[in-house]
Amino acid sequence: MLEAVIRDAQGVFFPTMDQYVDLMESLWSSDYKFCSDLCGVDYLEMPSRKLPEGVKAERFEIVVNVTSFETRSRLRVRLQVQESNPHLPTLYGLYPGTEAMEREVYDLLGMVFDGHPDLSRILLPEEWEGHPLRKDYSVGRIPVQFKASTAIR
Amino acid sequence: MTARSSSKFIKRFRSSPLDESTATGLVGETSEGTQEMKTRNETNRVELEREEGQLTVLPEGIVLDHGDMDIEISEDETMIINMGPQHPSTHGVLRLMMELKGETVLRTKPVIGYLHTGMEKTAEGLTYVQGSTNVTRMDYLAPLHNELVFSLATEKLLGVEIPPRATWIRMLMVELNRISSHLMWMATNGMDVGSTSMMIYGFRERELVLSFFEKVTGLRMNHNFIRPGGVAADLPDGWYDDVSAIIDTIPGRLDEYGEMLTGQPIFRERTEGVGILTQEQAISLSASGPVLRSTGVAWDLRKDIPYLAYDEVEFDVIIGSIGDTFDRFAVRLSEISESLRIVRQILEKMPSGPYRVQDKKITPPPRKRIDESMEALIHHFKLFTEGIHVPEGEAYVAVESPRGELGCYLVSDGSAKPYRMHIRAPSFVNLQSLPAMLKGGLLADAVATISSVDPIMGEVDR
Amino acid sequence: MGLEDLSHNFLTGNIENLVKWARRNSVWPATFGLACCAIEMMSAGAGDYDLARFGMEVFRASPRQADLMIVAGRVSQKMAPVLRQVYDQMMEPKWVISMGVCASSGGMFNNYAIVQGVDQIVPVDVYAPGCPPGPETLINAILTLHAKIQNGEITRRKGTGAGISIGEVKRKSNVGTLAKKNTPKTVKIVSK
Repeated sequence: MLEAVIRDAQGVFFPTMDQYVDLMESLWSSDYKFCSDLCGVDYLEMPSRKLPEGVKAERFEIVVNVTSFETRSRLRVRLQVQESNPHLPTLYGLYPGTEAMEREVYDLLGMVFDGHPDLSRILLPEEWEGHPLRKDYSVGRIPVQFKASTAIR
Repeated sequence: MTARSSSKFIKRFRSSPLDESTATGLVGETSEGTQEMKTRNETNRVELEREEGQLTVLPEGIVLDHGDMDIEISEDETMIINMGPQHPSTHGVLRLMMELKGETVLRTKPVIGYLHTGMEKTAEGLTYVQGSTNVTRMDYLAPLHNELVFSLATEKLLGVEIPPRATWIRMLMVELNRISSHLMWMATNGMDVGSTSMMIYGFRERELVLSFFEKVTGLRMNHNFIRPGGVAADLPDGWYDDVSAIIDTIPGRLDEYGEMLTGQPIFRERTEGVGILTQEQAISLSASGPVLRSTGVAWDLRKDIPYLAYDEVEFDVIIGSIGDTFDRFAVRLSEISESLRIVRQILEKMPSGPYRVQDKKITPPPRKRIDESMEALIHHFKLFTEGIHVPEGEAYVAVESPRGELGCYLVSDGSAKPYRMHIRAPSFVNLQSLPAMLKGGLLADAVATISSVDPIMGEVDR
Repeated sequence: MGLEDLSHNFLTGNIENLVKWARRNSVWPATFGLACCAIEMMSAGAGDYDLARFGMEVFRASPRQADLMIVAGRVSQKMAPVLRQVYDQMMEPKWVISMGVCASSGGMFNNYAIVQGVDQIVPVDVYAPGCPPGPETLINAILTLHAKIQNGEITRRKGTGAGISIGEVKRKSNVGTLAKKNTPKTVKIVSK
């Protein structure tokens, strides 16, 4: 069983890809029945970050926050996902509430959840190219030109 | 890359020039492909079950046997209809696709994203000082809650303690905001089940609260009032009387609603037993807020994981019993009374003192000091050009918004802008429970059920 | 014909002005709420601001029955084709109010997801500024549109996306008075 690292009064787990599903299952059976949040982070521009020893930093990270109604506490799971192989197992079978969240991460960050029932884009149009929350995707700003107004004030 | 791809999308609907004669060429081009509901033959088994609202795992550890499910329905007997995105009763731009057998809903699939604003990406380009301007536009019925959760997350990373008066001003504002949000929900829900007078009444009471907000923050909506480090301004003179007037007026009006809706046979017929969600399903689907509480789970972050000073005020967590549309209505109606109770206590306990942190690196100096002190001017200039430097780290903070658990996950790389800001939007997650609620119900009841979830599309799509 | 022979009241006018007058006073908006502005649009329709004073309270759910599309809120790339489709479904004559800065120019959301101005998709008649515009601003925009309908050309709309700003109309038009133009036909309305 994995040890949680305590960060600002909250337990944080750093599982490897193989430990991920087992860890989530053990959390689920120890009363963390409510999955609050699942999101992804692209650490392309921030390669050095505080990670416990033995955890290899990868470009992507999946962050899962689970809540226990009994102990009224939250735990966080941070999973490193390789850039070259952005695949990870889905949590749909365990926490069906992550369905939309995983689709959102797929849509905006391009991570593939194996076993997800319906992995399609959720927020962007169907034929969109790229994944906007990636750091190498520009914000898409269109320069605004301010012109002198000819109107009489 | 992006600029090009977005111009491509502009082209998608500009392929014909803006000329009315070629208008018909566009009809039929708004399909969203695989995001839409497919026929039974084309849908895989797990997805089919999901759209039918069946879950394979429940908190008791019950795992349903796939063989037991009766999903062998002939394609000829059913049809898929499309509701939205431009539909009066879907609260904005929600689009639902439903498979019907006669009038009965068999499966449902929400198609969302029609209001995707890219706010999480935009937030990465704004400083922490500017950030609350961005998040306040997500949930436009409870903007102050969005600002609150963003500010709390920033303060957690900064490690600052805000003054007591700021905490209590924040509590006063967010509780009033909860009242106005629930009133607005009562109005639109009334409209959806055919009670137009409720619409007018709900807006009338909401204006009471909004006029107070306008006095305090200068705006009716999208206030940008709660900022990292405190609040933007102190409460104006006469705030006590204004708030007293609000909390004295609304209880009587709530009694009117009780007479008009709760005690009215037509309304009860339309809502009782409609759109039932069980406790297990709600937890399993990560539903929160009134949707979760209506099923009987007493889970309110204000009580269970308190933030601000909610542990110093008395209030009750309202729960329902069976989790139908009427329960969700009743929970919200009673929550207005509970919020009024909290506001009354805030009026008595409001402490004096500064309304924001006195750290000049976090909040700007008072306007008067800028004229007198060079140092104050420099601080002011640095704050608004450069922003606050937040130490490296990550934080997840959640508050109880009128719709449920509103969370903010913030990653900082030590600069003045968030490296990543993610909002856990309650409406977005609650929408997943729609298939379970609608399954087996009538199409006419779907409207009441959708409304009872209270989805705010700005928050769903962000 | 000697008017003094008639014993009943009557008014004279030209048909163009009559049509414009009728159009102006029964503009039915489509319910096209997108974001924050939609809430203010609903507020404008509710008791305190009461759009019914201007004959505007009939929000139609079907675009086929509506004359005016109030684009209330930010338009995303995904919504844009839908918006255009709804606009195409509306019957002539039709008008568009772009409500709020997001609809008018993308506002603060200058990014990949938001269309930078709804006038790239549909021709806009009046832009209402604000984020969100208060109900008063929307009512002002609607009255501006009324003035535009009353004083503008009756002919079919040209296929351009250019709109007019509120300030411009105020300067050019005399709100409430009939435009003095050449009178091709004269009609009488005889009241009984």
